Amino acid sequence: MTTTRNAMPQAGDEGIVVDGLKVQFPIRSGVFRRQTGIVRAVDGVSFDIPAGTTVGLVGESGSGKTTTGRALLGLAPVSGGGVRIFGESQAELAARPGALPRTCQLVFQDPFASLNPRMTVGAALSEVLAVHGLAGREERARRVQTLLDGVGLRPEMADRHPVELSGGQRQRVAIARALAVEPRFIVLDEVVSALDVSIQGQILNLLIDLQRERGLTYLFITHDLGVVRYVSQRIVVMYGGKVMETAPRDRLFSVPHHPYTHALLSAVPLPDPKAERARARLDVRSEPPDPAAPPPGCRFQRSCPFATDLCRSEEPPLRPVAADHLAACHHMERPEVRQALTTATQGVSA
Amino acid sequence: MFTFVLRRALQTVPVVLGVTLATFLLSQIIPGDPTDVLLGPGASDEARERLRTALGLDRSMVVQYLYYLGNLAQGDFGQSFTFARPVIEVLADRMANTALLAFAAIALASAAGIAAGTWAAVRPGSLRDRGLTVGVLFLNSMPSFWLGLVLILIFGLHLRLLPVSGMSSGDGGPLNLMAHMLLPTVTLAAWSLAAIARMTRSSLLEVINSDYVRTARSRGVGEARIVLFHALPNAMPAVITVIGMQMGFLLSGAVLTETVFSWPGIGLAMYQAISTRDIPLIQGGILVLALAFVAINFAVDVLYAYFNPKIKLA
Amino acid sequence: MNAIPTRRSEPSRPVLEVENLRVSYGSAQRPIHVVNDVSFSVRPGEALGIVGESGCGKSQTMLAVLRLLSGSGRITAGRARFEGQDLAALSARQMRRIRGHGLALISQDALSALNPSMRIGAQMAEPLVRYDGMSRGDARKRCIELLEMVGIPGAATRLAAYPHELSGGMRQRVLIAMAISGNPKLLIADEPTTALDVTIQAQILRLIDRLRRELGMALVLITHDLGVVAGVSDTIAVMYAGRVVETAETDRLFETPRHPYTRALLDSIPKLDAPADRRLQPIAGLPPDPLRPLSGCPFHPRCSHAEPRCTDGLPALEAKEPGSGHLIRCVIDPWRAAAAGGRTSGLTGASRP
Repeated sequence: MTTTRNAMPQAGDEGIVVDGLKVQFPIRSGVFRRQTGIVRAVDGVSFDIPAGTTVGLVGESGSGKTTTGRALLGLAPVSGGGVRIFGESQAELAARPGALPRTCQLVFQDPFASLNPRMTVGAALSEVLAVHGLAGREERARRVQTLLDGVGLRPEMADRHPVELSGGQRQRVAIARALAVEPRFIVLDEVVSALDVSIQGQILNLLIDLQRERGLTYLFITHDLGVVRYVSQRIVVMYGGKVMETAPRDRLFSVPHHPYTHALLSAVPLPDPKAERARARLDVRSEPPDPAAPPPGCRFQRSCPFATDLCRSEEPPLRPVAADHLAACHHMERPEVRQALTTATQGVSA
Repeated sequence: MFTFVLRRALQTVPVVLGVTLATFLLSQIIPGDPTDVLLGPGASDEARERLRTALGLDRSMVVQYLYYLGNLAQGDFGQSFTFARPVIEVLADRMANTALLAFAAIALASAAGIAAGTWAAVRPGSLRDRGLTVGVLFLNSMPSFWLGLVLILIFGLHLRLLPVSGMSSGDGGPLNLMAHMLLPTVTLAAWSLAAIARMTRSSLLEVINSDYVRTARSRGVGEARIVLFHALPNAMPAVITVIGMQMGFLLSGAVLTETVFSWPGIGLAMYQAISTRDIPLIQGGILVLALAFVAINFAVDVLYAYFNPKIKLA
Repeated sequence: MNAIPTRRSEPSRPVLEVENLRVSYGSAQRPIHVVNDVSFSVRPGEALGIVGESGCGKSQTMLAVLRLLSGSGRITAGRARFEGQDLAALSARQMRRIRGHGLALISQDALSALNPSMRIGAQMAEPLVRYDGMSRGDARKRCIELLEMVGIPGAATRLAAYPHELSGGMRQRVLIAMAISGNPKLLIADEPTTALDVTIQAQILRLIDRLRRELGMALVLITHDLGVVAGVSDTIAVMYAGRVVETAETDRLFETPRHPYTRALLDSIPKLDAPADRRLQPIAGLPPDPLRPLSGCPFHPRCSHAEPRCTDGLPALEAKEPGSGHLIRCVIDPWRAAAAGGRTSGLTGASRP
């Protein structure tokens, strides 16, 4: 067991605060690459991650969830709003050389693409230690062993190359590499999506254990509501660059309010043929809105069975439905909407 | 596609300016006083001064460079001492001969290289595949002047089948020209042929194992169609890059080959210019070869975009 | 498109019969068997789910059927019959005819399964024009019709698109449209939804299911996720380390899974109705390396019910209750009692509402 650089978080410690975050990319075209438009990948997103907890950020491709995660780490341009990381603004952290990557780390979906195929696992890990000046030459080998042990890999794995590892083992190496700098915050971007269901749980359980042992703070990004439930205390649902709904985990699963949350819930396959045949579904029929030219009104309007003219003209604000539970829908109190969402959760949440 | 071509064309402008700057500086760093060469060592100081003023050699470097650019733009590359003619005229005659040889060589190298690489790739590990690997190694390890001499010995002196020098003999005519071209073309093409065959093979092997080839097979598409219409087009970008690079090598390789076969091209002219320190001709030759290189790279990028639709978006 | 009556109203000859199939790689002296003694059959209109972890041989089995194994891969024992014809005995020309018209394949990653330098329309139309003798105009009409069938709006304009210009879900739909373009008798879908968002996954699965019914195709759905096949397949074969370890009709398998591996797979699925604070139950460890086959039951090192006798030899795949059609490859059979007390009604076939 390693001793961590950072003390365990106390209740009330400020974790990650995202306030009105916007990420925009210019569109350039023509011979002279003039800016001809703007892609609003993330359009005013706010949420908090209390220190030592996990927020699940859920949405499909094009929802802006990955860009949000990258913006927190300074890997995407923040064009508006603010990010505070453990009480400091992201800009302050970024100004101190090495401070941002030593506090915040990222683990990707495809560890194979992020591991150098010619480097052994041990070399990859000790490189990180060397780059950040965290261990002297002699100490590195020992630290590599500690890191491998921490993610449940046997010591001899240090001599293996990525091709010799299974998908789950590679993901463990990627996690060990992120942990090498002893960060306090880790963005986990679709970390189990590429793995067989049978071993997804190994990685999720490992992440939960690491969090308990070291007081880590996680942003868990995924398209799968089924997975996120096991690791998150709070869930943020994004669509088209905006937050659609956010609530504590159990509340989101038992009383979802946004039709898009309903769509995500009804898409999770149930390992029960009868329930699967009988269930009511809400399909997300159309593609997400073009982030360069979002329609006026609600971003989800084209896929929403309850959409009215109001939804096509006026953007619904994110408003409270209960304490600590916000949703952005004009019609979430309408009886037929409530009825549809209640049936959706029958047999789904205990 | 049009925007892409135009944008890529604009990108060549700074490169071309860089090349002219380099050839201009070449004349500045070469030791010796140009008036020595033009007037002879016995000329009076007054005559030298007059010539300097006339040539603008007393002005600043920047002004001289701008004059140089202006002259180039008007097609004035200076005067060749060796040939006692304007450089541009010498080069224009020679360029056509070199281009003829280079295009014949690249056409031969590409056609034979792609064919051989494809032929080997459809049966990886087979006898023909291993044969190709040996052949590639053999061609790659032979210097072109040596291969040229061997060919001259065999076909020219021993078998007396082909002429070994110059571009024409007797009454000339297209057949006579082709006979003269054959040995230098083969000599020049050999190395590139090997490189193109090797790249075609490896690039095609990768593509043949791809998912979309499996998709085409799963829909009953025949092997020949798969190789020609699915695999080869996707293997082409890598092959085209190699062909483009080989074009550059061919232009420089032409110096040796043209010398061996007395082929009256830029290479032979450069060889002569270097032996006689004919600086304006060397400058002009370098400039023309460099511009040809830029033009080839431009063509390669455009072709690349044609075969890879994703490039146009980038 | 006319709906063809599909369900097995009468016993009919299977479209595909696989008998004791073995697939091997490597040299003849030191072969590596990746599929061993696999048997199953698929009747017209029937849907079979083949479920197992990466490397269990599920994809290799179906690639062997299509004769699309790569490298040194080959069938070394057993046979695969399509409508009674031994596929291994066919000439290359006959096999090409069956691919596309008899058997069709949908692969996992639609981006890499579509030719990046060909427009959608050209890829779709190629076999129609080349081998089915359609005119270009007719082929174009047919392609538009196919794209509409798979739910692509503005089909006519998509024909000119390149694969990278479409979204992941669209590409998968295009791949499905291509697979059904030759009216195949059997559709093989290899992890067709794994690379997709959950919302799109559900739609693609239902699309495949709907097309199967409308076109009267049989389906083999290959996946690592038992949740995915639950709503689609009639029968399930669970594979582990190159062998079938359990097979039964879908409802029966989910109600009374009998092999410890099947149980473990089911327990590993994140469920929406389990208490969220309970830990997930992944399967510990890794499947065996095909280079070092284990003696006895290949699952015993990861099995929570393993006993010493599990290493004594490979258990046979057998029906513990004769006539049930529920076969398991396990000498322990820990849930025998529960199954005996359970229902027996699932034997008459999956008739659905």
